[in-house]
Amino acid sequence: MNHPAEIEGAVANPTGIGASMRRKEDMRFLMGRGNYVADIKLPEMTYGAFVRSPHAHARIVSIDKSAALAMPGVIDVLTGEDMKADGVGSLPCAWPVVGKGGAPTKEPPHPAIAQGKVRYVGDAVAFVIAESLHQARNAAEAVAVEYDVLPAVVGVLDAIKPGAAAVFDDIPDNVCVDWELGDKHATEAAFKKAAHIARISLVNNRLVGNPMEPRAAIGAFDRARGQHTLYTTSQFPHIVKLLMGNFVLNIPQHKLRVVSPDVGGGFGVKQFHYAEEAVVTWAAKRLGRPVKWVCDRSEGFISDAHGRDHVTEAEMALDENGRFLALKVSTIANMGGYLSTFGPNIPTNLYGPLLAGVYTTPAIYCEVKAVFTNTVPVDAYRGAGRPEATFVLERLVDVAASEMGIAKDEIRRRNMIPPNAYPYQTPVLMEYDSGDPGGCLEKALAKADWKGFAKRKAASAAKGKLRGIGLCTYIEACGLAPSRIAIRLGVRGGLFESAAVRVHPTGQVTVLMGSHNHGQGHETTFAQIVSEKLSIPAENIEIVFGDTDKVQFGLGTYGSRSLAVGGSALVKATDKVIAKGKKIAAHMLEAADTDIEFADGVFSVAGTDRNKSFAEVALSAHFPVDYPLEILEPGLEEQAFYDPVNFTFPCGAHIAEVEIDPDTGVVELLSYVCVDDIGTVINPMIVDGQITGGVVQGVGQALYEDCVYDPESGQLLSGSFMDYCMPRADHVPPVSVETHITKCTHNPLGVKGCGELGTIGSPATVINAVVDALSHLGVSHIDMPASPHRVWRVINEAGGAARPAQ
Amino acid sequence: MQSFEYLRPTTLTEVGGMLGKMGEARPLAGGMTLIPAMKLRLAAPTALVDLSGLPELAGIKSDGKTVTIGAMTKHADVAASADVRKLIPALAALAGGIGDAQVRNRGTLGGSIANNDPSACYPAAVLGLGATVVTNRRRIAADSFFTGMFETALAPGEIVTAVAFPVPSAAAYEKFRSPASRYALVGVFVAKTTSGVRVAVTGAAPCVFRASAIEAILNEKFSAETLASLRFPADGLNSDLHGDAQYRAQLVGVLVKRAIAKLI
Amino acid sequence: MLIHFTLNAKPVAVDVAPHDLLADVVREKLGLTGTHVGCDTSQCGACVVHIDGRSVKSCSTLAVTLEGANVTTIEGLASPSGQLHPMQQAFHEQHGLQCGFCTPGMVMSAVDFATRNPNPTAAEAAAGIEGNFCRCTGYQNIVKSVIAGAAAMRAAK
Repeated sequence: MNHPAEIEGAVANPTGIGASMRRKEDMRFLMGRGNYVADIKLPEMTYGAFVRSPHAHARIVSIDKSAALAMPGVIDVLTGEDMKADGVGSLPCAWPVVGKGGAPTKEPPHPAIAQGKVRYVGDAVAFVIAESLHQARNAAEAVAVEYDVLPAVVGVLDAIKPGAAAVFDDIPDNVCVDWELGDKHATEAAFKKAAHIARISLVNNRLVGNPMEPRAAIGAFDRARGQHTLYTTSQFPHIVKLLMGNFVLNIPQHKLRVVSPDVGGGFGVKQFHYAEEAVVTWAAKRLGRPVKWVCDRSEGFISDAHGRDHVTEAEMALDENGRFLALKVSTIANMGGYLSTFGPNIPTNLYGPLLAGVYTTPAIYCEVKAVFTNTVPVDAYRGAGRPEATFVLERLVDVAASEMGIAKDEIRRRNMIPPNAYPYQTPVLMEYDSGDPGGCLEKALAKADWKGFAKRKAASAAKGKLRGIGLCTYIEACGLAPSRIAIRLGVRGGLFESAAVRVHPTGQVTVLMGSHNHGQGHETTFAQIVSEKLSIPAENIEIVFGDTDKVQFGLGTYGSRSLAVGGSALVKATDKVIAKGKKIAAHMLEAADTDIEFADGVFSVAGTDRNKSFAEVALSAHFPVDYPLEILEPGLEEQAFYDPVNFTFPCGAHIAEVEIDPDTGVVELLSYVCVDDIGTVINPMIVDGQITGGVVQGVGQALYEDCVYDPESGQLLSGSFMDYCMPRADHVPPVSVETHITKCTHNPLGVKGCGELGTIGSPATVINAVVDALSHLGVSHIDMPASPHRVWRVINEAGGAARPAQ
Repeated sequence: MQSFEYLRPTTLTEVGGMLGKMGEARPLAGGMTLIPAMKLRLAAPTALVDLSGLPELAGIKSDGKTVTIGAMTKHADVAASADVRKLIPALAALAGGIGDAQVRNRGTLGGSIANNDPSACYPAAVLGLGATVVTNRRRIAADSFFTGMFETALAPGEIVTAVAFPVPSAAAYEKFRSPASRYALVGVFVAKTTSGVRVAVTGAAPCVFRASAIEAILNEKFSAETLASLRFPADGLNSDLHGDAQYRAQLVGVLVKRAIAKLI
Repeated sequence: MLIHFTLNAKPVAVDVAPHDLLADVVREKLGLTGTHVGCDTSQCGACVVHIDGRSVKSCSTLAVTLEGANVTTIEGLASPSGQLHPMQQAFHEQHGLQCGFCTPGMVMSAVDFATRNPNPTAAEAAAGIEGNFCRCTGYQNIVKSVIAGAAAMRAAK
């Protein structure tokens, strides 16, 4: 494999920054020795199964536990009423937003097990605990629940119709929050001056994140110590501890430990505090025995928070030269049947502020109505708000280019923020610190042979195929988040990150990170940073995460933040270790600390050959015989918290080429080129993997994946892998990943993040290519996924099996 | 899944008895459909009669005119069989395209046709080739075997023991895979047999069927051109998330033409 | 009922109920949790093991049917001294895994595939693992791993 930095001698330290070092965490996974929540077995463990609502909207008339309780092995059957009786609180929303005119987000109660009413198919109704999982599941079928079925609202457009059924009795219009951003008057004024107005109506399809490891949770309670432990498949154990302990179960923080061991993928789906976590923790105390719940995939489809689900109208005003004058976006976003942890924040704060994209559009106005429906709660999924914003903007740019007869690359060039304009303040909150999307664009055009496309299109036409090329230039805000800004935007907490560097007496290092590794390669990347800073090999560095009893408070992993925020904390902590080491070395070398230099793992007196190795200093710190105890504490362990001053702004240009079979509507993705500006790269191999994986998830949204509900009954129609089309190995083309770096100006490593850009750039890129292939039929938009059936229907409606235009 | 009794007969006589006397007993072949259905609680038999203890049910025999495949023969073995590849390559290709490698390593011919899933591949081959289904009681012509959605001519206690496929002069199978499940959204099996052209269609309707109008055209003249203006009617075809009846009708036409292109 | 089979080259006897799936038996009763369960419709392939040298989905296989069978799980692939199988090594070298959850099933499928297709093209390798889902990698490095692993298996013969 040709990872760029692998060229002999490209990096001095084979485990330092810039090296495509093979991953430290691989071995346990390759040998089947990972430790996922479902693998954990505790003494006296019991097993739980949920009874879930088969109806989208119903009153619970009665629950008869008796038949289930009489079944072999059954220990207890718990309901929402039992939770209420025990004083269990509502699952909290951690990021409400402020609506128009200062109106607050409506936050109706969200009981972990339904009380009185069920609000989506899958809403938990009862929890059956038995000696074995087999017994629990059989007994769950025997719990007799009588429902009074109510009319359901499913789609967002139906939810806001007058007279629609209300998901919550006290929110008759189903509107959770009506939010706006930008200067409405300036935008309207710019539209009046427009030479051309481009318009688009689109749907951002609802998705199910489907990390390969289904969610799982085990609650345990140590009665003698009064200590709760929750093992959970979470991206942020500390936040679960805070939200669940403080708001739901009223457990003091010092009596609650949350452990998220190996977690098999997250993609946002595992960054919420879920009902099941509270239920097993509560039940374990009631029983005095551990309670384990492992989600089936079918159950996951109706209980994991879903993603996306927007309906949008957007308009762009342009002058006669194709320069963007203003953008107006109106979106209705689905919240589902309750607010999930970050629900309202995703289609608002993580969406509207990205609508400037990489362009100089002077006036932008965006309004978003977040609405309740009788569907699974909707929250963040890889990219979270930013793919939706990019899709609206980049589709609209293509529509404008086509209507005005301007080439798609040229219209982007004309409107792009010039390299010398950074820092660049957009009209929608964000100040971009750095970036060169134009440089990315030119590189991508060259790499994809944009100019040679006409020839390839003709070759496809000769085979009876319709060929299209699609381009997208995007920017995203990640490195979540500067606490001060985020708190102003509604978050109930800080968004800093933490790291602790523990130097052992022998000079090896254990690092405790507040972020969480669930596939991103943190154990390698963070070790490389320490290796680079301290000049010790990565094999002498262990990265620890995912246990609130071991690791200092941290906020976890989401929003492409682990490196930009957590990595920055790690640099700070390592710098503190070096600073203290200098003082120790100064004493050992009988010099002033200001004269000590640290380089290549050696503390030396400037301008002399007198020095002490890192290991010698570490030993001295732990055996302080000849040590300045009166002015310096022994030991060598330092902790740092880092709160960024701004978001980071990865950006880039993606190009896809597709071929469509007009007879069947099958879209074949032929090539995909990315050129991304992600700041400093620590491990090119891992970055390549993150970007490729993200692109393929975005391709999944564009071509394959669709979460479909029956619009009347609210039954999930795509409720298993038999109907929800996951990308498979033979679906995806080679993805070509290249970087074009400008460094982030405000964090110590100059890093920006790379976890989400794939899902942010690729849906627009692929759909732009599909529409390009169909443009001769007068097609200006197609909704996602561009499935064979949908593409064929578009072709058919445009006049039969249209042959390629020769 | 629900608990059940497990039985493993070693003779065909025992099989009949076990299936006959147990209330909701079902034969277990590869289990690739039955076990997932039981896990999802869509099926809850009281007993499973495991047919894997009957070695005589597996294996491939050929006399040059007929290829007889035992009911318990796995898809992977049919796909890899030198005899099948030589005599009915379309059948080998069909078997090699069912599900995925792991399904092909467990799933069986008998299990597939006895289940008669509307989107399974094997029924198209059995019907398209005019094969004879051999059971523990009788021989059933393919034209009478598939009677409806998940329904066959098998009587209670009757199991498929083998299928005898007459060797056609040429045959081709074209499958359009459902994007998610990889079952046939539509599959078309075209065979030139001694009794004329047979065209069997799976996936499109509640049960595999012969496209007799297309057969009539092809029996007149076997060429893609004769079908150029064909519009296959959508009446009675399935509609679901992955394709409505019109789309399936379109696919039938496209796949027939592609199959014929392979045969000319 | 008590069944006997060979698991990772060692004989085992284990008491199972008729409804016990092989995946659950190796995970819960035999303590080998490398075999994962990622779906309930036999699609995802996280549970793939070898039975008599062929890859199968252990979530759709009744343990009771395995009397006398030879079963290999991911834990049985490396040598007893811990030396990785060439396919495992290839996944490590080619960065063919991220979260690791699909990895055991993916590797087991890849080994069976490469045994039958010792010199695959990228398209053949991709088709060879069509029964295994990965949500992290986008498959590109997995396909590279399968090709490299197949080459290493050829060389090791």
